[in-house]
Amino acid sequence: MSKVYLALQDNDDSRYIVEAIIEDNQEATVINQPAMIRIESTGELVVRRSTVEEKIGRDWDVQELHLSLITLGGNVDEDEDQLRLSWNV
Amino acid sequence: MTIEIKTATLQPIRNTFANIERRFGDKPASRYQEATYDLQGEANFHYRPLWQPQYELNDKSRTKIKMNDWYDLKDPRQFYYGTYVQQRAKHQEATETNYSFFEKRGLAEHLSEEVKSYLLTYLIPLRHVEHTANLNNMYGCAFGYGTAITQALLYNAMDRLGNAQYLSRIGLLLDGNSAESLTTAKQEWLKNPVWQPMRALCEEMTTVEDWFEVFIAQDLVVDTLIFNLFYSQLDEKLASMGARDIALLTEFMQVWNKDSSRWLDSVLKTVASESEDNSALLGEWVQRWRKKTLEALKPVVASMLDNSDALSIADASLEERLTKIGITY
Amino acid sequence: MVAKKLNLKDKYRALTRDLDWDYDYSDRKKAFPYEEFEGIKITDWSKWEDPFRLTMDAYWKYQAEKEKKLYAIFDAFSQNNGHLNVTDARYVNAIKVFLTGVSPLEYQAFQGYAHVGRQFGGAGARVACQMQSIDELRHVQTQVHAMSHYNKFFDGFQDWTHMHDRVWYLSVPKSFFDDARSAGPFEFLIAISFSFEYVLTNLLFVPFMSGAAHNGDMATCTFGFSAQSDEARHMTLGLEIIKFLLEQHEDNVPIVQKWIDKWFWRGTRLLAIVAMMMDYMLPNKVMSWKEAWEVYFEDAGGALFKDLARYGIRMPKFVETTAKEKEHISHQAWWIFYTHGHAAGFHTWIPSDEELDWLSEKYPDTFDKYYRPRWELAKEMEARGERFYTKALPQLCTTCQIPMGFTEMDNPTQIAYRSSDYEGEKYHFCSDGCKHIFDQEPEKYVQSWLPVHQIYQGNCGGANVEEVLRDYYKMNLGEDNMDFKGSSDEKRWNEWKRKGVA
Repeated sequence: MSKVYLALQDNDDSRYIVEAIIEDNQEATVINQPAMIRIESTGELVVRRSTVEEKIGRDWDVQELHLSLITLGGNVDEDEDQLRLSWNV
Repeated sequence: MTIEIKTATLQPIRNTFANIERRFGDKPASRYQEATYDLQGEANFHYRPLWQPQYELNDKSRTKIKMNDWYDLKDPRQFYYGTYVQQRAKHQEATETNYSFFEKRGLAEHLSEEVKSYLLTYLIPLRHVEHTANLNNMYGCAFGYGTAITQALLYNAMDRLGNAQYLSRIGLLLDGNSAESLTTAKQEWLKNPVWQPMRALCEEMTTVEDWFEVFIAQDLVVDTLIFNLFYSQLDEKLASMGARDIALLTEFMQVWNKDSSRWLDSVLKTVASESEDNSALLGEWVQRWRKKTLEALKPVVASMLDNSDALSIADASLEERLTKIGITY
Repeated sequence: MVAKKLNLKDKYRALTRDLDWDYDYSDRKKAFPYEEFEGIKITDWSKWEDPFRLTMDAYWKYQAEKEKKLYAIFDAFSQNNGHLNVTDARYVNAIKVFLTGVSPLEYQAFQGYAHVGRQFGGAGARVACQMQSIDELRHVQTQVHAMSHYNKFFDGFQDWTHMHDRVWYLSVPKSFFDDARSAGPFEFLIAISFSFEYVLTNLLFVPFMSGAAHNGDMATCTFGFSAQSDEARHMTLGLEIIKFLLEQHEDNVPIVQKWIDKWFWRGTRLLAIVAMMMDYMLPNKVMSWKEAWEVYFEDAGGALFKDLARYGIRMPKFVETTAKEKEHISHQAWWIFYTHGHAAGFHTWIPSDEELDWLSEKYPDTFDKYYRPRWELAKEMEARGERFYTKALPQLCTTCQIPMGFTEMDNPTQIAYRSSDYEGEKYHFCSDGCKHIFDQEPEKYVQSWLPVHQIYQGNCGGANVEEVLRDYYKMNLGEDNMDFKGSSDEKRWNEWKRKGVA
């Protein structure tokens, strides 16, 4: 199974998003690099609106992710409630 | 102490980029200047486009208009990307407030069936005209010459997509987000005989080759007439039908039109005063498209507005604008 | 009856592609004339899946927020003379290469996406391309604004657009994008959205921008990462276009594969410049080019191509060569520039001892064996006051336009030469990949504006190289070019250090 990944700018919002990702994706690995945080996981990675909202303590639109997102790898499925990255193999 | 040393040793070795210096002299430049002038490639293209081998990738001869320097067509709003999106974000925020006010207060419920049907027949179909404007401005952006005009055309194109989306959202407000009103309004656009000449005109504009002619047809002729008829005269008509609240939803387009007109008038004035040839070409294009557009709008205007002078009023606003710009024929 | 509410996807469709209609009064082919000549078969544009769903209101809102943050940093950077915080003035040369070589490509991307954003018959694809077009304009403009401050204190930035159209090594990136833009609309998207944005740009923006941060350059790091926040959208467009084309018709598969082969190789050649920037031009290192290649191409790209295998797409041709090249390419590229440093618009230098050790450690199989001895020799020559410059103008590869300095990968002491004959003329190439690309479309590549040929043919003014550099390229000779040692950049930097401001 291939790895999917995303990288976020190292800023305050990202910290809550990363917390949420770790909670929702037990398999995910977090790698800190200069000015950025890379999160990878085997097969699939989900960013859930509800979990981020819980961490950040306010309403959060999934599209806000794009303010901090640097890059990603995997097929993207985005709707009101989540952004999901996956490979089909 | 350190501060004094800093100012003494930290003299810049130049004020701006060399191309900006050649144009405006050795002095600090604005962000608009540094992000606009000479950005586009001008020389030594490697390959002819497979899709238009008669031209270079960037080629002045894609229009019959001739400018000694295409960078004379500067934007009086000084929009580069950053100032553009920040300006639009401001309008957007105000508009969002209007739309949610309209929705929360349930203002759609206060509209009579007659008004609703008016909106579906005449206002919402304009989103297809805005879509055409999006295509036509993209056309100029892709085939135009020099960043001064091409970036402004791109902003205009994106604005038109925005206008089309706001018009669509008026439909969604009326139908409770089912999009049924958009389907109905599209049928009006596709089938209602009063719209067909205008639809034919929109289709025709997207097949015109000279990008500057397209620009004149769309942004000068069609837009001036449409904005007068739909956002001024129709607006009054709706108010008389007890639907003053609709103005809340079209305010963005009103504000946008004012902003965009400032740019368009300034650019066309420069082109018209560049040479007699340019001026004559502009006159020829205006004449052709003015006639066509007035014809195309005749049935829809006749059925939409009671005033039999409606079209001449709109045409007078175009005439006024042409005089201001300096286009005569 | 209560009508069903639209979900986000359907709402976005209603607000974008539903704006278009089937023409009845004009010939739609005349309005969208370039969709068929490449042989791509589109049976149903409605199958297009929108790769992202940003309406204009949300676009303005989020992008304005990004811009506000970015320009706050630019303002702070110039008010506080942020250029003094970089690790070392040598570093600044990497961003000179960036402004003269990469930023104009962002501009070309703006133009290319504007073109396809008008020409595609499918409104969903058009709108996605239009948004990318305006994003790309954003990138070039924010880059100019970020570099504007550096330009006031360092040489080599000042005539970036003029240079891009003319200078010999800048024809490498320029011809890359001219090639993509002059192709048909679908090839353009496979070239830029897929091969470049999805498969390769991470290599430019992610480790290099992280490197900028690591070298105290907050302005570059910030525009880089801020630009990348748009890139995630561009990457999803790249993936969507390829899936869309492959699902539309099986006849599209071989055409798409041919383009992937071409653009993957074209892209790796372009990235040779980035490889050298990462390994040689960043005083504080983040990762080696080889490591970056492994993470961002071999792992990430490997996963991607495995995913695409179900459509009958295989890894790009010559991918096995790149597995070998990752050990060599940065060293060979920097050597080309070091030896032609008198004709470059930025400074070159011999790596410090510490840097040589780092390279030995990162490239245990190749550096000590092939490259360290060169640098040791260059050091000796420099110590004798004989800093080495190649006098002759290099022969350029007709396809990628890089000087013929790359070697056979199985014999790194042997310069690789390939050639093809076409209509009685001989054309030269640096590699099998570049020869293959030429052979597929010779009528295109014989048009290449090869800077060295042009100089010899007298099309660049000037009777000798110096005049070409000075008058045609508008380089400030003695300031912009030559070794970093002894340069005005170095003198100013040392002065700032001495006065305690840097």
